[in-house]
Amino acid sequence: MAEAPTPQTLSEQILSHASGKRAMAGDLVIVRVDRCMSHDSLTPEVIDVLRETLKVEHIPDPDRLAVFIDHVAPAATVATANAQVKIRRWVEEQGIRLFHDAGVGVCHQVMIEEGLVAPGQVVFGLDSHSTAYGAVCAFGTGVGSRDMALTLATGYNWLRVPETIRVLVRGRFRPWVNPKDLSLYLCGLLGIDGATYQAVEFHGVEWLDLDGRETLASMTTELGAKAGLIPPVGLSGWEVPEWLGVQEGARYARTVEVDLDALPSQVAAPFSVENVAPAADFANVRVDQVFIGTCTNGRLSDLRSAARLLKGRKVARGVRLLIIPASHRVLQAAVADGTLATLLEAGATIGTPGCGPCIGRHMGVIGEGEVCFSTANRNFRGRMGSPDGLIYLGSPETAAATAVRGMITDPTAL
Amino acid sequence: MARVWMFGENVDTDQILPGRYAPYMTSEADLVKYPFIEARPEFAREVRRGDIIVAGKNFGCGSSREYAPRALYAVGIAAIIAPSFARIFYRNGITLGLPLFEADLTGVLRDGQEVELDLDAPAIRAEGRTYPLPPPPAWLREVWAEGGLIAYYLKHRRLPLEEGAR
Ligand code: SF4
Repeated sequence: MAEAPTPQTLSEQILSHASGKRAMAGDLVIVRVDRCMSHDSLTPEVIDVLRETLKVEHIPDPDRLAVFIDHVAPAATVATANAQVKIRRWVEEQGIRLFHDAGVGVCHQVMIEEGLVAPGQVVFGLDSHSTAYGAVCAFGTGVGSRDMALTLATGYNWLRVPETIRVLVRGRFRPWVNPKDLSLYLCGLLGIDGATYQAVEFHGVEWLDLDGRETLASMTTELGAKAGLIPPVGLSGWEVPEWLGVQEGARYARTVEVDLDALPSQVAAPFSVENVAPAADFANVRVDQVFIGTCTNGRLSDLRSAARLLKGRKVARGVRLLIIPASHRVLQAAVADGTLATLLEAGATIGTPGCGPCIGRHMGVIGEGEVCFSTANRNFRGRMGSPDGLIYLGSPETAAATAVRGMITDPTAL
Repeated sequence: MARVWMFGENVDTDQILPGRYAPYMTSEADLVKYPFIEARPEFAREVRRGDIIVAGKNFGCGSSREYAPRALYAVGIAAIIAPSFARIFYRNGITLGLPLFEADLTGVLRDGQEVELDLDAPAIRAEGRTYPLPPPPAWLREVWAEGGLIAYYLKHRRLPLEEGAR
């Protein structure tokens, strides 16, 4: 009788499938890339490399690529407007159908919302948070512009099969505690290079909704991870290939256990996502701006939780509450169910769906000495504007409570 | 001789090149003006072709912006030596043909020190001492020799490892 094959991690399964040979952690493989994603910030570079260096007038499979204008959307300057003109022309010329212009939303959100990724696929995104696609158990990973150009020209690229860290989740979130808090807790525990070159798998979260899975998967990027995968169990409406699933006995580089019943709201202080402590520890920190949005926490469930906290309350004097839905669909749903009315009533300002001020380019950048509490994923110096501004990161619930008090507030203390 | 530019741990791409100074926001031609514009303003002015960066762990963490390593490459940085690199930065280094070495020389070299970089038998020589660097695998050497992965592809019409890996 033949020996049973060695069990594989989710990454090993997906990369074996995509390379056509049995791939284990540490192997270098050439994989077929099922889907590519590129956005306004870096697409002009890709166009130049394709045209000028690779001499590719027409990419062989335009349906493989989804293009987004979300990072500076609508355009903020003549330079960004010109770059977007260049992108639109190229998209037209190439016959790219999956084009999402300003206002449709943040690339990662829309990729999943529109079903442009699927369980078991290999997806290359021209953006570090492409790990988000692990929410539906796709191997999503970020690459640079030249790497993307090469992938578009050939349809394939190389990868080193990563080792995997398994996060074993027990229990359920306490009231007002969100998957973002779990992600921040892990950043504090493992550090921002805790999973460099590795993948992270989350076990014990079959009960978690898609929104929460997206937050967990995309935040693995802050651990330095190459991919963040949620096993495709409890994912309704997604077709899961029969070869994909957790295999008993797969080898993990390490296992980290987290007990949700004991997890309070978390906050990351400047200037690193690993500077994490319970929100209650920052209780006297005053803020000038609160920003709820981004590919991490701009989804409908995030806006709804914020609205539940803000209902019947007002944003504190001297504080600006900026809310940017992650997509047009999220915005529409928030209008339809009354969430938006509650947020506006509390004093929120609503921005165009997209990245907003997340990378400090427009629509709410912060000035010298200002403090922003943000639901985004990074608080590096200068990320949101002035290098002399401060960014604290946390969940939408903590953000809403903070907006009401004008200082960082654990939502249970409101 | 190469001058050592010493940096700490977790140097993120927002420090190497803030998003506000991306070619998208300014222009491609100005890229060489902005590396470390806020974190270390004298860098872009004083750096010379052939200089090296020596840093602590997790160099290049943060976003996938390839213009961060590209700006360092464009000003002539010949190699970056750090105990570890963020993965997209590392991958971009391979694509660009910018030699990255995983080694910790932060304790032995000084900022501003003049050293000699040997890429053939990878090592740093300084004040009569030799600090060996981990030798790259054969395929990576080929990529460097061609001037990066794109140049390699243009010449060979395949990726390194492709026969073996496919
Ligand atoms: S919302 Fe922020 S982290 Fe997400 S894709 Fe946009 S810029 Fe990147």
